[in-house]
Amino acid sequence: MRVLVPVKRVIDYNVKIRVKPDGSGVDMANVKMSMNPFDEIAIEEAVRLKEKGQITEVIAVSVGPAQAQETIRTALAIGADRGILVTQEGAEPLAVAKLLKALVEKEGAELVILGKQAIDDDSNQTGQMLAALLGWGQATFASKVELGDGKITVTREVDGGLETDELKLPAIVTTDLRLNEPRYASLPNIMKAKKKQLDTVSAADLGVDATPRLKTLKVVEPPKRGAGVKVASVQELVDKLKNEAKVI
Amino acid sequence: MGSAFLDPRDVQFWLYDWLGVDALTGHPVYADHSRETFDAILELSARLASDKFATHYKKADRVEPALQDGIVTVIPEIKQALADYAEAGLFAASFDPEHGGLGLPHVIDTASMAHFMAANIATAAYPMLTAANARVLVKFGTAAQIETFALPEIAGTTLGTMCLSEPQAGSSLADVMTRAMPDSGDAHFDDELGPRYRVTGNKMWISGGDHDITGNIIHLVLAKIPGDDGKLPPGTGGITLFIVPKMLADGTRNDISVAGLNHKMGYRGTTNCLLNFGEGGGAIGYRLGAPGQGLAIMFHMMNEARIFVGLGAAALAIRGYRQSLDYARERLQGRPAAAKDPASPQRPIIEHADVKRMLLAQKAYAEGAVSLILYSAHLMDRERVAGDEIERARIASLLGLLTPVAKSWPSEFGLAANDFAIQIHGGYGYTRDFDVEQIYRDNRINPIHEGTHGIQGIDLLGRKILRDKGASLAGLGPEIAETVSKASAIEDLRGLATRLNLAWAQVNAVVETLITLNDPGRALDNASGFLSAFGHVVVAWLWLDQATTIHGDAEINRAFREGKLRACRYFIEVELPKIEPQLGIVAALNDVAATMPEEAF
Repeated sequence: MRVLVPVKRVIDYNVKIRVKPDGSGVDMANVKMSMNPFDEIAIEEAVRLKEKGQITEVIAVSVGPAQAQETIRTALAIGADRGILVTQEGAEPLAVAKLLKALVEKEGAELVILGKQAIDDDSNQTGQMLAALLGWGQATFASKVELGDGKITVTREVDGGLETDELKLPAIVTTDLRLNEPRYASLPNIMKAKKKQLDTVSAADLGVDATPRLKTLKVVEPPKRGAGVKVASVQELVDKLKNEAKVI
Repeated sequence: MGSAFLDPRDVQFWLYDWLGVDALTGHPVYADHSRETFDAILELSARLASDKFATHYKKADRVEPALQDGIVTVIPEIKQALADYAEAGLFAASFDPEHGGLGLPHVIDTASMAHFMAANIATAAYPMLTAANARVLVKFGTAAQIETFALPEIAGTTLGTMCLSEPQAGSSLADVMTRAMPDSGDAHFDDELGPRYRVTGNKMWISGGDHDITGNIIHLVLAKIPGDDGKLPPGTGGITLFIVPKMLADGTRNDISVAGLNHKMGYRGTTNCLLNFGEGGGAIGYRLGAPGQGLAIMFHMMNEARIFVGLGAAALAIRGYRQSLDYARERLQGRPAAAKDPASPQRPIIEHADVKRMLLAQKAYAEGAVSLILYSAHLMDRERVAGDEIERARIASLLGLLTPVAKSWPSEFGLAANDFAIQIHGGYGYTRDFDVEQIYRDNRINPIHEGTHGIQGIDLLGRKILRDKGASLAGLGPEIAETVSKASAIEDLRGLATRLNLAWAQVNAVVETLITLNDPGRALDNASGFLSAFGHVVVAWLWLDQATTIHGDAEINRAFREGKLRACRYFIEVELPKIEPQLGIVAALNDVAATMPEEAF
């Protein structure tokens, strides 16, 4: 069985994000980029399934600029078998889902494991949209995945605790933080990754119109956190929460 | 502070823009590599260093290694970090593929190690020592010795040590008293692991001498084989090297016991032991190389080991700089001198001129030190890929000249940088709530071990410069001249180039004076001052060379470029003039200290 794992190139989670002075977006100049952490978890999970002998091939896919090849190489170094880059900058979740659908059909994948969301735009949409476009079942926010015969059992993190779902394959799974702890790509594997196949296709090759449909009006920094105050009593605290913060 | 101990922009600038290390991949030895793999390895190193090494930095200082019932234990985090380091393949990084390595250039291996040393130098010391040990084994060992002792080290499943010093013989290795007797009684002299001896003696200051990190430890031990009269041969010529494993092939413990742990000022996560060999009749040791060749063999790893000591000092300087920079940006204290309103809000201390001075000095020292180390490590690679023997000899000579500087200059000025880092933190810097006091303590060993500052001064001035009558020194001339010529063509750098040229002329004039006087005893009286001054000239050259690289590069971030150019200016305008009085004392054969009567103290 083939598994497709989309990986996104995002600003590294350690970078302190700065908004461009003109409010048109985030300053990307000279900023360190790396793989979306949730996608790393997705790759790790797929590689573990392969190591258990439950699947035959892990394909890492990215939609982005040419530099996203580096992100795919990272996935290959963790253990993905080959990679595909769709060269398309600024694709929105729906466009990405359409591109992924085309690749799923082209490659004959029966399982797609995605990060639940990307840490740059926090959309949390691509997996769900892809499931709808393919007409497959979906289990989001997975914290445990067990692959069975023609089915997959997924434990999900929900508000009240854990929910366990059983899905028929093919299916879509999106990963939460506690699914696994991704390994470090070792030096020998980094070297091996260089020699693995990495194909490049365009959105047009896949017959998808990836033109953005959303217009960004303005990007601003979140308001600075004000100084705290000490309250004298519990009554005062409750009063402030009720009347000033209006949270209770 | 940010999670990265080194600024990735710095690393990229040094390796690619300045040194152009990607050119190495054009040579067959490194053809399997590319900038892409280098970057992936550096990225891996940065992550592993911050996730697994930095996380127990303070704990390993607080909870020192313990010795109980003859067994040394360290905190489990060290073991875990090194297991992850091994798993990532980093022990094997710079070894050749035939030994299970990845054939990475030294300069990349060095840049990788910089991250670990900045994050936690005491934990990073274990792989550093092990790699140095394995390097000796693969170069001089037999096939069986390599397989049995070196390969587990390269895989990271066994750690190694260097056992040189003894309680009565530290800097003076000629005086070692550890003896090795042929183990012919057991008819084992022709053991497949090499000629077998029984080793007895005491070894002091053994880093990683014992611990519970790995089951076995491979000691490389300097000892002397007694002559027919039973006496140890005098001098360094009588020193032989032995492989003495903690565990023998049959799973029993070799005759090595831990007589005690040294309780150190810093660098505490690295166990440091007094080891007794042969209390029960003689530890089994296998001779490595020929009798009498011990020190000569050790010298083959000396360049690398000394460069790595300098690297540790440089990495700690960078860490102190970056932590004090973060602190200076956040700490609000005082107002600008011109501020009239005492009720105006306090300003970050980075706005005060004296704090800026201490930050810029740190930047100039710390980044200067790292660039010196990377330049030297790159020379090791360039020596390997040199097109012909003349070029190879030229690079080897340059490396030999710069090695004492690479060891000592970062050790001296990295520590000076750490002193500023504490100062910027004020009273907080003097407390254990912040890292800078530990960084300073950890760094304080570097002018001492692997040849003290004084020894390095004698090595530089005596062995490397005066012995060949300035021939090696002359080899550095064209390198400096090339930088001066490039910089002279850039208006902003012309003045700095002139100053560097003058400083270089001063160095040469002093050396000529010493050669003419031909009084080797007195010439070395002020060798350590010469070492500091010479180091300043070398670092000024490297700063100016980087300035010529960055000056014309419009691609590079403006603030980053301004930072490098300012640090270069600071170093040449404020630091370089300090060499004049130092060199004056050397040239004048000033003997005020050397001739001081002992009783007058």
